[in-house]
Amino acid sequence: MSISNPGASAANAADPLSSVDALIEGLGSVGYIASRRIATALYMAVNLQKPILVEGSAGVGKTELALSTAALLNLPLIRMQCYEGLDESKALYEWKYGKQLLYTQILKDRMGEALADAPDMEAAMDRLHGMGDLFFSEPFLEPRPLMKALKEDDGCVLLIDEVDKSDEAFEAFLLEVLSAYQVSVPELGVLKAKTPPLVFLTSNNVRDLGDALKRRCLHLHIPLPEAALEEKIVASRVPGIEAKLTRELVAFVQSLRTLDLRKAPSISETVDWARALVLLHADSLSPDVVRDTLNVILKFEQDIAAVEPQVVELMQRR
Amino acid sequence: MQHTLEQFFRALRAADVRVSPAEAIDASRAVAVTGFADRQLFKDALCATLAKSADEVGRFDTVFETFFARDAVSVPPPSASEQGEPSEADIQATESSPLAQAVLTGDRAAIQQTMEEAAQRAGVAEIRLTTQRSRLTRRLLEEMGLEEIERIIANARRYPDQQGLADRLDQARRDLFAEAQAYVARQHDLYAAASAQALREERLARKQLNADGGVDPVDYQLMAALVRKMAKRLAAKYSRRRHIAHKGHLDVRKTLRRSLAYGGVPFDIQFKVKKVDKPSIVAICDVSKSVAAAAQFLLTFLYSLNEVVDRLEAFAFSGRLISVNDILDDHGVEQAIFKVLQEIGFQQTDYGRALQDFSEQHLDKLDRRTTVIILGDGRSNFADPRLDLMREIHDRSRAVIWLNPEPESYWGQGDSVMNRYARFCHVAKQCGTLEQLERIIEDVLRSYVPH
Repeated sequence: MSISNPGASAANAADPLSSVDALIEGLGSVGYIASRRIATALYMAVNLQKPILVEGSAGVGKTELALSTAALLNLPLIRMQCYEGLDESKALYEWKYGKQLLYTQILKDRMGEALADAPDMEAAMDRLHGMGDLFFSEPFLEPRPLMKALKEDDGCVLLIDEVDKSDEAFEAFLLEVLSAYQVSVPELGVLKAKTPPLVFLTSNNVRDLGDALKRRCLHLHIPLPEAALEEKIVASRVPGIEAKLTRELVAFVQSLRTLDLRKAPSISETVDWARALVLLHADSLSPDVVRDTLNVILKFEQDIAAVEPQVVELMQRR
Repeated sequence: MQHTLEQFFRALRAADVRVSPAEAIDASRAVAVTGFADRQLFKDALCATLAKSADEVGRFDTVFETFFARDAVSVPPPSASEQGEPSEADIQATESSPLAQAVLTGDRAAIQQTMEEAAQRAGVAEIRLTTQRSRLTRRLLEEMGLEEIERIIANARRYPDQQGLADRLDQARRDLFAEAQAYVARQHDLYAAASAQALREERLARKQLNADGGVDPVDYQLMAALVRKMAKRLAAKYSRRRHIAHKGHLDVRKTLRRSLAYGGVPFDIQFKVKKVDKPSIVAICDVSKSVAAAAQFLLTFLYSLNEVVDRLEAFAFSGRLISVNDILDDHGVEQAIFKVLQEIGFQQTDYGRALQDFSEQHLDKLDRRTTVIILGDGRSNFADPRLDLMREIHDRSRAVIWLNPEPESYWGQGDSVMNRYARFCHVAKQCGTLEQLERIIEDVLRSYVPH
């Protein structure tokens, strides 16, 4: 199951699921720097075969964790973005109405032919029943992400993104999928996954999720990272960045987070900023450079206005 | 270890972390995978299976550190370093007490185990109240076999060559006492602190808001927090169920539009979905002295409900009526009431005048979706109550709810015109405590979610 990474050492080729440390190292090799808590939660999710609910503010790497895990385990990733109004027909399956329609027309044409030799009405009806069953069968089924994930025989990573944006009814519908890795299609019966997918749910806490859903999942809250971890992440995500610049920009972002801002910069903003600075060939942080690129880390006009006058002070604070 | 885990779950539940049996099973399975050797791994694994929100993670960390802190307890090492290894004679003299021997040889694990076992026999984990602490400490020490040590000390004091032993055991006895005290205190923190908090909140929820002297400033912070907690609970409950699906009415327009893709055959049947409006609320609060505290909590409550309330217009009056939306937005609910009092406080309460102000300036804020909540004692100092205006408000709005801090038996006595106003209210209720307040607001929210 391990990924063949040319840059990885021989030790890395070992099964990344053998221990938490191996998992941290494995995730590192695909570019995701995980804290111990993240790796432990992932390790438990794999070992207990439970879905994992990832919470945290926007841009701390919730979705990225699922992507990296898929890359690490060399499994296909199936992604389902949740939104208000998402329902079964978009998440699970839909009947191919068009195909069914064609089928009915063919059936209509052939009906007389097929039933011509039936001796009486009853026999004709019997024969018709046999054909009708075909109508709701797998060839007419259009699988949507959830069903696709259950049908992957070698397992896969299923990412249910921003589950808090979906309706409560949809949440209830997820319960069966998440606890038993199966779905019931009324016309077909129960479909069960051969290999349970590794499920990630992410939430931005737009609303509180139901207890029933939480109970079925492991919970992982990803906080904003400590300086040391963030430096590692920047170094891994932005190759070729100077160590000094990394240290300075991470320290600056960390001090920004202590301010009362509408949207504190998260990891993705730090990484974007680092990329921008590398593009601008900045090798260290100066107040002018910071002021020019402040719009990369701060996403609100008020925040920028509040921070701009304090830039020099913030840079000295560390 | 299973027993320890069960105790840990109990401690978590006491700290308001929900641990259902299914989660307990998950946690046990997780522990079976990780083992106990790596403390951090053990903790993270338990955390992932048990704590289900960022709040709970915080509480989990605290409980974990307190609960498993016993690993780090410091029964001071035996004074072996100063006085050498315990002699044969010492061992012999303490033969009757395994605990004394453990102390002498510095066998911490044994002391630890004795304490755990004794704690179980003494029922220390059943602690509920702070006042039980000294009694339980005493019981714990008795169960550990302290009496035996005391007897050995008394015995040793009689022989001059055993003074060293007696001193050492004496010291150990004091250490054990301190240790037992700390142990019981930890158990108290784990199991009793949360229930004491719950007890306090329950008492505050029943406290009369218009009691003489108003709300105690000490209680005030707690009550404000309690109000926000109640509001959050209601918001979580009613922020869902925004529409009711499949009422059985066919949505012809949608179905026809969908059918275009299938050559006009209506394959994909669409049903009408009924959306439920969020309530919009107009709150009119009397801020005269007797009602001010209740008014403040009502406003705090309504403001914390912004997720489930579509629109909130707040007005305050004593003599005249003003809109307080701007004040609430600028200063926050905590400060707002003082600002309002600065503006219109210390006037003689006049309900008729206030209703007139409202009708002249703000009547357009009422429509058939609006619920009007009026908070006041209905004592208008014998001025004209303007029932005609009250009737108009009643006719224009969806519902009028009058909350009165006074008990119903007082309504209509003295200068109270509450009985006459009550005729124009859909609901008129006594609302003297936070508990009553919560129940009424829940009714308001519920009536918007037809069942």
